[in-house]
Amino acid sequence: MKGELLSANHAAALAATLAARANRFGRGFCSGVYPITPSTECMEFLCNQVIEKGKVVRVESEHSAMGVCIGASAAGARSFTATASNGLAYMAENCVAAASLRLPIVLTVANRTMGPPWNIWADHGDALMLRDLGLIQFYCADNQEVFDTVLAAFRLAEDPRVLMPVMVCMEGFILSHTVAQTDVPSQEQVDAFLPPTRVPQQLGSTPHSLGQMELPRQTEAHRKQHHEAMRAAGAVLDEVRAEFGRHFDRELPGAVVPYRMGDAETVIVSLGTMGLTAERVVDSLRERGQQVGALRVRLFRPFPVADLRRQLAGKKRIAVLDRDLSVGLGGILWSELRGVADPGALVQNYLTGLGGGDVCPEHLERIVDDVCSRSEAGDPVFLEEL
Amino acid sequence: MMNEPLLGGMAQTVLDRGEPLLRPGNTNCGGCGMSNLMQMLRRAVADRPVQLIIPACCGAIAAGSFPQSGYGAPTLLTTFASAAAAASGAANVAQLNGEETRVICLAGDGGTYDIGFATMSAAAERNEDILYICYDNEIYGNTGGQRSSATPAGAVTSNTPGGKKEEKKDLMAIMAAHRIPYAASISLAHADDTMRKLRHALDLKGFRFLHVLSPCPTGWKSEPALGIELVRLAVRSGIYPVFEVFDGQRHQINIEPDFSDEALEMYLSLQRRFQRSGLKASDLRPAIDRHWQHLRVLSGRIVPAKRV
Repeated sequence: MKGELLSANHAAALAATLAARANRFGRGFCSGVYPITPSTECMEFLCNQVIEKGKVVRVESEHSAMGVCIGASAAGARSFTATASNGLAYMAENCVAAASLRLPIVLTVANRTMGPPWNIWADHGDALMLRDLGLIQFYCADNQEVFDTVLAAFRLAEDPRVLMPVMVCMEGFILSHTVAQTDVPSQEQVDAFLPPTRVPQQLGSTPHSLGQMELPRQTEAHRKQHHEAMRAAGAVLDEVRAEFGRHFDRELPGAVVPYRMGDAETVIVSLGTMGLTAERVVDSLRERGQQVGALRVRLFRPFPVADLRRQLAGKKRIAVLDRDLSVGLGGILWSELRGVADPGALVQNYLTGLGGGDVCPEHLERIVDDVCSRSEAGDPVFLEEL
Repeated sequence: MMNEPLLGGMAQTVLDRGEPLLRPGNTNCGGCGMSNLMQMLRRAVADRPVQLIIPACCGAIAAGSFPQSGYGAPTLLTTFASAAAAASGAANVAQLNGEETRVICLAGDGGTYDIGFATMSAAAERNEDILYICYDNEIYGNTGGQRSSATPAGAVTSNTPGGKKEEKKDLMAIMAAHRIPYAASISLAHADDTMRKLRHALDLKGFRFLHVLSPCPTGWKSEPALGIELVRLAVRSGIYPVFEVFDGQRHQINIEPDFSDEALEMYLSLQRRFQRSGLKASDLRPAIDRHWQHLRVLSGRIVPAKRV
């Protein structure tokens, strides 16, 4: 294990490269890539690697990038791509296909605001737009987590009980372009962690059709299988984490990351890097005697209902941070979290850092003050209203 | 029925692929040109391993409903605009694994001329190892017959009730401009020429493009049994030039039309899509002449057409 200074984009690409090389005794690696800010450096890095039995196809659009991945994965290879924002929206149609064809493709997303009006900064709305399509979704908080999650994502996606695409999200610029010390395992370690890819439905020599028409009952049966496999992926993730710890001597965080939750009365729940800011705020508020905790949701699909229920049981006040907005409703994390908090809990939504705005400790302190001063939850609150 | 020796009088032989590419009992309309094409392709493929990549089009419906398969080869159905991209993935993986698999895209004109155009152009520019076959029925057939950029001028479609105003996009010229190893137009009425081109295209490496005028009785409002005859008339009249282009450079005209108004009038009169707009042979002749003058220059073969 050696430490390297890597941006999260490069960390994701390096993890994908190691995973790609690890399949040299399988059917190899093939990926379609297309640049978009702030994800570009990930594909650039990948394009500059020498990958034995690997091919990176430089295509003309994100739609085709995922198209190449679909063809490669359907031919039994390991596959990966990276995008962001409008690129992800453009890719969305093929994300549906990849998910419903149950192809184990790993996709990193450098979360960015959707435009126009153009804005290149971080916003989770791009990835959350795809939450219902049948892709597993992780949201990361630091570079090491991005690297580790991408590696683990291949193992998870390719598990025969799972077999579906995995999306690994990092906030644009905040993570994608921030350089940090990252532990990188050797190729041998990765080889041992990742068995050769096997796509049971792959095109071989036997005539069969992938993705043909289905009748309503058949679609229902396939959706149910997909849903059940997705729900079961949480348990598979725990196995993958155990294997990860065994091979790399470090822990891969789970579906949710609790911080000083034990006796907390007020909880800050969030996705991505805001969770680390929340942990810092929890420390300083606790010094002032406030019983505050933080809960970071790392796995958004499958939604870790049981973990969240356990963590939020008995919690009176929950401030949910959303760097995203379902226009006309409110934060997406908030809208889902309301279903798992205690029925009597006050669950208040704060829309923080939309369009890449900085979310600082003082913002979160104001949010804690606000949620503590409330007798009941109200409409979602925009950061500028505080 | 699929095995009847109707390929220009050629009987099915032991050299043909044992399993049909398009199986009996498929859902294609009677008289579909794509069905004829798939029989010829079956013969040309022989014992080569093939995979089919098919975007949303009539070909996707012909795959049948899960879990049966209308195709006798491993087949991937893709989104409308993604056939050439998915085929790039499959072809690269075959190459990485030292496999001889011929990856064949089978796409309609909508997925080729229109929505899949950028994808196909990019795959051609990368010279991916793909045989791309466009079966061109000059219409969005699956959705009930709307105009595409492959619809010829004068054809009535469900969304051009007075007949399409614009001329058909010259896709062969565009593919030649990509300087791909091989591009050819194929006539279903000229089996020998077609078999030669299919075999040649299957054997070459790199991006190969085949354009097939594919009669669509449903969309053209024509007699199903007359499909092959319609193609013959299209070739005779000069409205559908049959030629091949090597490396975007050498142009070879394969079948010399007689440019007769008789053939053109017959071609138009046998399809209600032209009858309804009142299109006459004389309306089309200038565009045909212009196209052929250009082809003569490109082919360097100065056989004066009758009316040029």
